[in-house]
Parts: sequence; C-alpha cells; structure tokens
Amino acid sequence: MAEMQIKPITMNFGPQHPAAHGVLRLVLEMDGEVIERADPHIGLLHRGTEKLIEHKTYLQALPYFDRLDYVSPMNQEHAWALAVEKALGIEVPRRAQYIRVLYCEIGRILNHLLNLTTFAIDVGAMTPLLWGFEEREHLMGFYERACGARLHAAYFRPGGVHQDLPDDLLRDIKNWAQKFPDFINDLETLLTENRIFKQRTVDIGVISYDDALSLGITGPCLRGSGVAWDLRKTQPYDAYDEMDFDIPIGKTGDCYARYLVRVEEMRQSLRIIEQAIDGMPTGPVMEQNNKIIPPSRGEMKQSMEALIHHFKLYTEGFHVPEGESYTAVEAPKGEFGVYLVSDGTNKPYRCKIRAPGFYFMAAVDHLSRGHMLADSVAIIGSLDIVFGEIDR
Amino acid sequence: MTENHSSDLPVGGETETALLAMADHIADVVDSMLVSCAVVRGEIELRVNPADIPQVLTLLRGDRQAAFNQLIDLTAVDYPERESRFDVVYLLLSMDNNMRMRLVAAVAAGQPVPTVTHLYMAANWAEREAWDMFGIFFAGHPDLRRLLTDYGFEGHPLRKDFPLTGHVEVRYDDNQRRVVNEPVHLVQEFRDFDFLSPWEGMQSQIANTPARDDAEQKG
Repeated sequence: MAEMQIKPITMNFGPQHPAAHGVLRLVLEMDGEVIERADPHIGLLHRGTEKLIEHKTYLQALPYFDRLDYVSPMNQEHAWALAVEKALGIEVPRRAQYIRVLYCEIGRILNHLLNLTTFAIDVGAMTPLLWGFEEREHLMGFYERACGARLHAAYFRPGGVHQDLPDDLLRDIKNWAQKFPDFINDLETLLTENRIFKQRTVDIGVISYDDALSLGITGPCLRGSGVAWDLRKTQPYDAYDEMDFDIPIGKTGDCYARYLVRVEEMRQSLRIIEQAIDGMPTGPVMEQNNKIIPPSRGEMKQSMEALIHHFKLYTEGFHVPEGESYTAVEAPKGEFGVYLVSDGTNKPYRCKIRAPGFYFMAAVDHLSRGHMLADSVAIIGSLDIVFGEIDR
Repeated sequence: MTENHSSDLPVGGETETALLAMADHIADVVDSMLVSCAVVRGEIELRVNPADIPQVLTLLRGDRQAAFNQLIDLTAVDYPERESRFDVVYLLLSMDNNMRMRLVAAVAAGQPVPTVTHLYMAANWAEREAWDMFGIFFAGHPDLRRLLTDYGFEGHPLRKDFPLTGHVEVRYDDNQRRVVNEPVHLVQEFRDFDFLSPWEGMQSQIANTPARDDAEQKG
C-alpha cells in the first residue's frame, strides 16, 4: 500500500488560555499529539514602553519598569536606577544599597513563589498555588509598608531609594524570614517527590549547555542546565559582593531541574535577606546632590534654594551626560538589562530593555519540538514567562 | 544541588587594563574589517561595516581568548539626521572572560544587514523585533515577520519620525460588531516640550560668534 502523507494539524493555543501565563497565542503544528513546530504570537500586551520612555524624563521613566515584569517590580527598577547612576557617575549611600538588596531578594521570592506554584497548577497540582499566594500576600505587605504600593512600587530611584523604611519593618521581615523555610519545606513535600509532578517534568524540555548559550537563556533556566552563572556573583552590583550565598545549579537542564533550582534559590534569598537586615547600616538613603535628587519636603518649606531645586527636578528633571551604556542585573527570571543611549538632555535618546523572558519565549519553538501537547504547558510553566516584560 | 562557585568564578570589576587588552586583542582578531575599537566608559565598543557582521561575530565567538559566545541582545538606534541613519547594536557576553562588549554597525535605511541567526539562535526573534520596530531588513533571515505589533500594522514605531501617539487607534464598533482601526483623533494637540535652556538651544548660532566656554555655569 502506498504511504500516505498526513498533513499536520494546525492548532491554536490561547490567547486566553489559563496555562498561557498571560496573553500568549501559540500556533502549534501537530502530528497527532506531537508538536512539530510551535509559533508563538506575542505582542498582545505591547504598550510601547521603549517609545514612551524616549518621551519621558529619567525619573518619569522609572515607573514603566514596574509594569514590565509585574511579578517582581523592584528588580526591574533596580536595573534602571543602576543604568542612570552609571551614566551620571554617582555613588549610592550604603544604607540604600542594603535596602535595595533586601527588596530585590524579596522580589525574587515573590517571583519564584508565583512561578513555582502556577507551574504546579499547570501540571495539575492545585494546592501549592493557594498556599503560595498567602505567602506572596505577606511579601506584598512589606512592599506596601516601604513604598505605599503593593505592586507598582516606584521605590528605587536613581541615587538611592525614595524613603527610609518605617520602624519595625526590618523586625517584621526578619520574623517572616525565620518562618518561611517551613513553608518551603511544606511546598517541597507536595511537589519534589510527587510522582505525577515528576512524570510531567523530568526529561521534559531539556536545554543543553550549547543550546542555552545560543538561545540567550539566562537566570535559573541557565543554571538548571548546570552553568554556575549569576550576575550577583560574577558582576556584583550594590551590596551583593558583601553577601554570602550560594548559586544552586541543576544537572539535567529539564523542567524538573529548573524547579529545583528555583526552590533552592528561595532558600539562598532568605540567607541574603537575613544578612541584609543584620548588617543594615545607618545613614541617608539618598545621594545628597540636589542637582539630581530632590530635597526633602521639610527642607522645601524652609529654603528658597530647595524649592527651586524641587520645582526644576520635577518638571525638567536632571540632564544626563552623553553616552551609551549597558547595565544588567540578575532579575529573578534572568539577566534583565538596560541599554541606555543618552544625548545630554533630560530625556533618554534610546532605551532598549533586554527582558529575559523574551528569549525564553523565543526558545519555546526549539524546546517543544517533538514533545506532546501537554508538555508544551510544562515547558512554558518552567521557563517562567510573564508577558509584561516580553511584549514591553 | 547547592555548590559554592564563588572561588572559581572570575569575580567582576574588570579592570581598565584588562578591557584595554581585550580591545587590542579584538582589534587584532577583526583585523582588516575593523572600523574602530575603543573602551568607552568601561565598555568595549567595536565598530564594523554591516556586511562584515557575520564574519566578525564568527571570529569573536570562535576565538579562544575572546570567546564572546553569547548574544545578549540585538537592537538598533535611530539617528534620522545621519546619512546612515541606524546603528545596529549587538550586545555580547563572554562568560569565560566575564566581559561584555558591543558591536555597532551604521546602516542606511533600506540597506540590508546579513542575518546572524545561523550563529546565535537568539538572533531570530531579536532580528524580527528590529525589523518590526525599525524596518531594518535582515537578509537571509528564515522568517522575517513582524513580532510585537498588531496583525496588519503599518510603519516602524521606534523610528524617531513615528509619532508617539501612532497613526491609528483601535475601537470596538457596536454597529459593525467588530474592532475597527481609525485615524488617531487627539482632543488636545500633542505637546512635546524640550527643556534646553535658550542659551544651550542656540549652540549653532553661538558657534559663529567669538568662542566662549561658559556653558557649565548655565547648567
């Protein structure tokens, strides 16, 4: 009998699919149950952040970074703050550096809690999500007490952080940090040795070392493939070089390894949080240069000079010397970078945002070929995809 | 799972001398294709002609000492007043050396840039994005479609001559029972202030008068 060529079925996944982690439209070419080609259609959440930033002053551009990866907003702000500080050539006070490190690690736990638990629900485990969101609530409470907002913080500013922390907050964070390991252990009892979870994740979506480099994979996904590369260690910024922590790496590069790496990263983040709280120096939280940093409210009522500075900085903003620079931070998802071109005016000439998730999404086609349809969900879940930063 | 790699990782803070040495090495490797290579503000910037990009990247990736084997990002910058209006920028990372560099090539509008998708898989979407946002054509790209903008979108939004408000707005038409695109209607004229002080804004006029070097005092 002559061989029959069966045309692959084209299947549409999303844009409103609960496992698509936002607005992802995935066009899948299927040979029966096996994926032959995955074509992600992104951009449904494209808001033109880069274009908008070109029309805003350096300070006004900052809140856009909260809205990129809205799961860990302060880590994004950190990249922007560092990029502007680098262009201006200013130093940040020690206390501000510590506060930033503390909140970046809180952001990392926020992110991993959301990712691990939604990943679990994608492959069929409901309980971790309900537990994890309770913990996220505590953490967002800490965000709120520092800056007044649970999500869109706008707390890190070029030159430091906007306000000092209220009394008792450090004590409360520490109390929480002492209790949190129990939660991680509970989470692990639900997932780590869970038969169904392992069946869905082990050997699924394996990223080899060479592929990881070629695909531009960074962060926990890269470390899951056994590469000990973490910008907090290799290119430390702010106070990270004073912190003692380990970089967990996976050995297999599959979805399960990425899960294990994230779980361990939460433990390491707790170590950093405790060190940041114990070693928190006293002093100002903002650079004192009033040509860049607005004066305090109280000062403004007393001094004409301060009033002028305040007015000038909140209308015109500060001017940044001409030049180009690339600044990257280790965001919870991977390397988050800002390529900033300034032309000497008060607005950035060009700001390219390098979002880790963009390259993960690009890798979905490569990773899901030859896998079953249900595995594509596990792959997307384990890559940690948030559309705010992919679509920008 | 945990291993402490703090000892064998090259700890950051690349010294200026190491960067200069690397810049010299890169200039040697690239040889005749070099346009310029310099360390600017602690970052290596290599400029080449667009036609040489794939060959230069192959050299930089394959060279043992340079080993820039990761393409971190690919983007462009628009300078409409220049003859070659775009700068295509490749941000590279070498994990072995713990160093970054950028490769820049000036490209005129409509001038094709050879693709590097065969060298780095990451370039696939990055080039699609640059095509979408700037209209830079990457010759040899396997699938150069728009990426971020809407189906049927016209224009390249990140070009400096593309208005911030765009050309069309989208709304749901109740009568036609579908989403329609209409020209943008602004209730108030779009306002874009420049904050150059009148003295700084007159640089070109001042340049013709006898030299005075007091720009700092007016900042």
